[in-house]
Amino acid sequence: MLSSLPFDEMRTPEGALRPHYRAFADWLERTPPDRIAQKRGEAERIFHRVGITFAVYGEQAGTERLIPFDLVPRIIPADEWARLEAGLVQRVRTLNLFLHDIYHEQAILRAGIIPSERVLGNTQYRREMVGVDVPGGIYAHVAGVDVVRADGGRYYVLEDNLRVPSGVSYMLENRKMMMRLFPELFATRSIRPVQHYPDLLLENLHAAAPAGQERPTVAVLTPGAYNSAYFEHAFLAQQMGVELVEGRDLFVEDDTVYMRTTRGPQRVHVIYRRVDDDFLDPLAFRPDSMLGVPGLFAAYRAGRVTLANAIGTGVADDKSIYPYVPAMTRFYLSEEPILGNVPTLMLYRDQDRAEALANLDRLVVKEVHGAGGYGMLIGPAATVAEREAFRQRILAAPDRYIAQPTLALSTCPTFVAAGLAPRHIDLRPYILTGRGSALVPGGLTRVALREGSLVVNSSQGGGTKDTWVLAGEEGAET
Amino acid sequence: MLSRTANELYWMARHIERAENTARLLDVTYRTSLMPYQVHETGLAWADPWSVPLVTLGLATAYYQRHPGLTAENALRFMIFDPANTSSIYECLRTARESARAVRGAITSEMYEDLNSAWIEMRSYDYERIQANGVSDFLDWVKMRSHLFRGVTFGTMLRDEAYHFIRLGTHMERADNTARILDTKYHILLPSIDDVGGAVDYYQWASLLQSLSGFESYRKIYSDVIAPRRIAELLILRDDMPRSLHSCMNFIHDTLGILCDDHTREVERRAGELHARLHYGRTDDIMEFGLHEYLMEFLEQISELGGEVSRAFLVPTNKASTDLASAAQRLRSMPVRATDSLR
Repeated sequence: MLSSLPFDEMRTPEGALRPHYRAFADWLERTPPDRIAQKRGEAERIFHRVGITFAVYGEQAGTERLIPFDLVPRIIPADEWARLEAGLVQRVRTLNLFLHDIYHEQAILRAGIIPSERVLGNTQYRREMVGVDVPGGIYAHVAGVDVVRADGGRYYVLEDNLRVPSGVSYMLENRKMMMRLFPELFATRSIRPVQHYPDLLLENLHAAAPAGQERPTVAVLTPGAYNSAYFEHAFLAQQMGVELVEGRDLFVEDDTVYMRTTRGPQRVHVIYRRVDDDFLDPLAFRPDSMLGVPGLFAAYRAGRVTLANAIGTGVADDKSIYPYVPAMTRFYLSEEPILGNVPTLMLYRDQDRAEALANLDRLVVKEVHGAGGYGMLIGPAATVAEREAFRQRILAAPDRYIAQPTLALSTCPTFVAAGLAPRHIDLRPYILTGRGSALVPGGLTRVALREGSLVVNSSQGGGTKDTWVLAGEEGAET
Repeated sequence: MLSRTANELYWMARHIERAENTARLLDVTYRTSLMPYQVHETGLAWADPWSVPLVTLGLATAYYQRHPGLTAENALRFMIFDPANTSSIYECLRTARESARAVRGAITSEMYEDLNSAWIEMRSYDYERIQANGVSDFLDWVKMRSHLFRGVTFGTMLRDEAYHFIRLGTHMERADNTARILDTKYHILLPSIDDVGGAVDYYQWASLLQSLSGFESYRKIYSDVIAPRRIAELLILRDDMPRSLHSCMNFIHDTLGILCDDHTREVERRAGELHARLHYGRTDDIMEFGLHEYLMEFLEQISELGGEVSRAFLVPTNKASTDLASAAQRLRSMPVRATDSLR
């Protein structure tokens, strides 16, 4: 059973500093509060000027907000990271094998590990992808796996993001900001660098090119300047030194994708697309899409262009499939999962549903296709009326929901109006697959800034922190 | 670079230049309208100086669709604020800023901030405020914003392909606009044939020169009375006059020399042909051919060159090319011929 006491990243339950936070705490003590306050103001000004903002859907058109940035880093010691890294690579390997399997032999369904209708009847399952071979059998070139700590500090995977995971630009900008504001922290500590992420991404995208391409041309495909993550699209393209294209910049001729340039058509081999499946090609998917490229899917099927991520990955990160991931690892790799799942009730099952409905005041209920913190019920924080409304929704369509215990997410000290206070955090590392699977040591740490809140999504008032992975023995638990 | 990026940069530059030249055209009209002026033939719309900017930009039909009669106020509202008029100052600045926003990564942050603040200030103007402060004041502001943006571009931007497309856009638009402004004199009727070479004629030519920032240069070069023949020479053939057709064609030809490769060499050749006609042209021949006729022919040629540039670099056509893009392109360009009729 999961304990309800939150794990404090910085201090033990007895109040002692954890070893890997010692140096930072010393620095914090030595540094005058004035200087910190001044640096916080500076950080905000710089983020505004550079335009590191995101658009919020549903608000007035064109509203751009800053994601609050907190100066206290989340620190992960070397041994903990080593285990996390191994677990994340194992998980992404599993999910890639699963995706290849369900679009080919479907061995896992025939073996009865997952009920067929869970996969084949899933709205995210793309029939168009059946029998399509993608280079290297890689589907999720970029995976963002959300990890939380609960239960005395144990790591759990909360969610897999295999479609167009975002947020990596904040990981990089947060590090840049910390190094700019407090260079002394980096001079004395062995904090592993993350800034080579764009290089690693480009290398993996190159590796995923159609066979026989010596020097493949890569492009980043964005829905355009009004998309909430446009800043990140432009940022990654610029950092990799590749073109940022919109659908109208591309065209397909003889199953080959070209971009329109001032020097004539130029062939594109790999598209790092930040556009959802539905909008990629009006001929194959949504005919009303203005963002896509007519004929792109045919070129993709013909193996003339690589899409990263592949089409149809959504079925593997769907919350209705999530509970089966540990079983997949055992099935494909004959290994025990290194990182566990949060225990999950699948409400299409009678027994699970009965248990969930009896405990709505203690559970978190999520829509299987929901994302971004929308469409969920946090039982303990909800009113009786809200719980009742959810009960009706569950009974009307039980297979659209899952339920999990309300996790006491770990906390990290965070600057709030009254000074430093514990706030709940999660972690999204980015796993890249192409030539093997790898990740930079770090990720995006999100923090729920409202006291007691468990929702870290930026659309719901969450902030971010720099994430430090320590090198070597320093700070290891003794 | 991406054709879309080049296209946005080219049109950003053209729209800023167009805003400036619309201001210049309104300036010359405004000055003319302040002169004592009586026309004996009643009912002749051409006689009103406010018809001149509409006719020279080919906007008379569009104007009359929105306003029943010609008045100074309506003409100013139409040419400064009307969002339905693609040559209005408001619309030029809006479009230029939208283009810059779409390709922010291709220009410097100073350029974007400058254009953004010009647009924000433009939105604070309305007709009443312009009337209160003086029309000339506002038109000067527009010119200054254009100068400022050109200065920021010149002073901060890497000399890459993006820079050259901006420069190309500026001079393509300026060549077109100078020719149109020069042609205004053709449309302003003199009260009678006896007034040719008289005081009214003189003031009309003088205000035209002033609107193209050519008055002082004229005095410096010719140290003589203002004569149409010399004005034509100054604003068409002299290459040391930055708004002259010859000077614009120098820039256009040089820039295309940098931008063209083996596939697009034809565009450079076309520009070279047009450039040569100005480089080796003679004032006598122009006057003999007819100034108005000469300018009309030039406008047609520069517009054809613009089409070539567009097809070669900005909106390349191919089997899968979208009709949408070319339709958008058509909407943005002005009618070439100033033969738009008046009621």
